[in-house]
Amino acid sequence: MNLAHLRMRDKIILRVVARAFIPFILLFGLYVQFHGDYGPGGGFQAGVIFAAGFMLYGIIFGLESLLRVMPWSVVERGLALGLLIYGCVGVENMLMQGYFLDYSMLDEADPKHGLHLGILIVELGVGLTVTMAMLAIFYSFSGRRRK
Amino acid sequence: MSFPIEAILFVFLLITAVVIARLRDLFAAAMLTGIFTLLSAGLFTLMDAVDVAFTEAAVGAGVSTVLMLGALSLSARTEKPQPIKILPLIVVIATGSMLVLSTLDMPHYGDPNAVIHKYLAPQYIEGAQAKFGLPNIVTVVLASYRGYDTLGETAVIFTAAVGVLLLLAGGFPSRKEDQE
Repeated sequence: MNLAHLRMRDKIILRVVARAFIPFILLFGLYVQFHGDYGPGGGFQAGVIFAAGFMLYGIIFGLESLLRVMPWSVVERGLALGLLIYGCVGVENMLMQGYFLDYSMLDEADPKHGLHLGILIVELGVGLTVTMAMLAIFYSFSGRRRK
Repeated sequence: MSFPIEAILFVFLLITAVVIARLRDLFAAAMLTGIFTLLSAGLFTLMDAVDVAFTEAAVGAGVSTVLMLGALSLSARTEKPQPIKILPLIVVIATGSMLVLSTLDMPHYGDPNAVIHKYLAPQYIEGAQAKFGLPNIVTVVLASYRGYDTLGETAVIFTAAVGVLLLLAGGFPSRKEDQE
């Protein structure tokens, strides 16, 4: 997106409204992430909402400002880390004499708690990968200039 | 009875789709896809598929509109008028009518005796309460019963992002600065 051409950051209404909305978007993303076991939502939806908050910031304040908040290295590493967390939960359960991705061995005393814990961590991994994947696509789209 | 509301939403969905297809102004078309998403999300909510509606609203209205605008800023704002081609029209109409015909064989919406509700689904619904004690069955199915599939999906998202980066990373500003 040719952000410099649009001159979004000169528009005071957009700037003030975005600044007011972004914290709530991120908070809602976290709510969807961690309340996904009890209400609608989960890692995928939370990741998209979380990324949308950052994208709004990028559109209004410019890609350079967004890169200061969420550097490229964080996006790159987070993208891989999310998937790694998911896989590691499965392997961890195998190490504790369970089945891959069964989760019930994560808490030996209380299998139900282990299942809850497993779902929570796995959803966190999904959320992280989705957030970073959306941001990576947004970065590579908006970094391009018209030829 | 919620049938009239669903019918109205479907009519609006059809109108929006036709308008998007006929519009020459691509900016307006990109904005209208947001309306299309909103209507679909409403339909999914009426069908009690809240998680799907949630995803549709977040991805369709939020992220994909932004990506559409990003693509628009790289291309022209209006579409060049093109003459109607006969062969693609015939292919589209044939495929569409085959899809409509095949829906006649599908079980009725909400039919408890449909095959998909007989196998595995009752087990999941009972297990989500008895084994997990979690109210959101969708999350339990996604993260645990179908944990392998979700792992695969996450890997697909990861791969898609890596693919986009490999194709487009040449235009990334920080990389450009590094090169300059």
